[in-house]
Amino acid sequence: MDQDSLIEISGLRFSRGDRVIFDGIDMAIPRGQISAIMGPSGTGKTTLLRIIGGEVKPDAGEVLVGGYDVCRLSRGELFELRKDIGMLFQSSALFTDMSVFENVAFPLREHTELEESAIRDLVLMKLNAVGLRGARDLMPSELSGGMARRVALARAIALDPALIMYDEPFTGQDPIAMGVLLSLIRRMSQALEITSLLVSHDIHETVSIADNIFLLADGKLIAHGDPQSLREHPAQDVQQFMHGEPDGPVPFHYPSDDYMFDVLGNSV
Amino acid sequence: MTRDYLRRLGIAGLTGFSNLGRATVLWARAMWGLPRWADVGLLTRQMYQVGVQSIMIIVLSAFAIGAVLSLQFYTQLANFGAQDSVGVGLALVLLRELGPVVTGLLFAGRAGSAITAEIGLMKTTEQLSSMAMMGVDPLHRVLAPRLWAGMISLPLLTLIFNAIAIFGGVVVGVHWLGADEGSFWSGMQNAVDIWNDFGKGMIKALVFGVLVSWIAVFQGYDAEPTAAGISAATTRTVVLSSIAILATDFVLTLGMYGNFGS
Repeated sequence: MDQDSLIEISGLRFSRGDRVIFDGIDMAIPRGQISAIMGPSGTGKTTLLRIIGGEVKPDAGEVLVGGYDVCRLSRGELFELRKDIGMLFQSSALFTDMSVFENVAFPLREHTELEESAIRDLVLMKLNAVGLRGARDLMPSELSGGMARRVALARAIALDPALIMYDEPFTGQDPIAMGVLLSLIRRMSQALEITSLLVSHDIHETVSIADNIFLLADGKLIAHGDPQSLREHPAQDVQQFMHGEPDGPVPFHYPSDDYMFDVLGNSV
Repeated sequence: MTRDYLRRLGIAGLTGFSNLGRATVLWARAMWGLPRWADVGLLTRQMYQVGVQSIMIIVLSAFAIGAVLSLQFYTQLANFGAQDSVGVGLALVLLRELGPVVTGLLFAGRAGSAITAEIGLMKTTEQLSSMAMMGVDPLHRVLAPRLWAGMISLPLLTLIFNAIAIFGGVVVGVHWLGADEGSFWSGMQNAVDIWNDFGKGMIKALVFGVLVSWIAVFQGYDAEPTAAGISAATTRTVVLSSIAILATDFVLTLGMYGNFGS
């Protein structure tokens, strides 16, 4: 394994029913950097995060995280490995029967023997980092979508993991919270050398913080490199995605019959 | 036509066996390593949720059933002038059969459905996934306390059911209809065997507790993560639990009180 890569994926294949999601993907996620996985909707970006986290088993291929093949670890070994991985879910996935404070304290209580006072300090530090220290006593049902996502981020970084995976971290954030989040992700990567892997459709924000971008389409890795090289990439599909153009090799519409025929039927 | 029918029957059979296998593996994995001292708080909270919060429906139902049984026994026994034996019939039918069975059915409707809906919703909102991704096994953190709580709570609820039902029987049989109180209690005392009647009834309650909590937890964990999926899973919990209780009760009764044919 390459010493500079925290995650190495080779020959990854995965299907859902007859639909091929990944058709032989190879990629290496550099350690201590911010990497982004991008691509059109339905290309399996979230599924890729779940495969890396060992939640979904691929049909074939190898997924090494910190040198361990997550597909071949036992259940106990996988749970041990995950203590060093933080994940921000698209739906936030906060525990609805716990307050904001208890949600963030959850991984600390489960995996450490810290005193209650130390847990309190750590939770307040993490909540302060996402601007929600004052919301510690609220229940998840009292939070907006953007706030819930920030609480989930505070929970994901509670144990200062070596790898944090973000699934659409910028969705629903107001401009101020967006700026704080971008700076937080960048600071964690630079100061703590945390490896960040994010899935996002927000090209502007992602390009502004990512060190590397991996572009997926049609089950394959169609391009990867730093943001600048992808902006200047010669391939048409890469250009279409990076500049958000409706016309190009990547179709906007899900495969369907002819529009005119579909609407007017046999009367055409 | 016949081939299609056989094919569907085969698929249904295989799916059933596959589900039973998955449910057994899930149960074994969830039960492994518990109870630990660290989980006592979780267990206590679940016992409150599934046990204590079921007490009201158990008490009301038990009183009504005890009262109705007493009324029926008294009416029939009075034909033979044996109305003072109401206590004997009441105690035996409650301790051996109705106590564990009715408590199990009520428990499936009240607590089993709640367990399925809660776990199903946790799955739908990715709370189980996020817990697993934090390195915390939801089988131990979420499922195991509910399985243990169901197993422990149902026998305790059955005790309460039996006591309240007998009380309901006394109120109607003795205080209202006028059966002799001394005969009522002494007949019950003489007829009831602590192991054969009370002990075996409690074993039934324990078995039903395992069955209902197992079905409820598996249905929630296996639910399709949609609103319709949770609804269907909750319904399956109540239906399957009820059938399982009634079928198992027949088998247990046959085994415990056998030699019916001879």
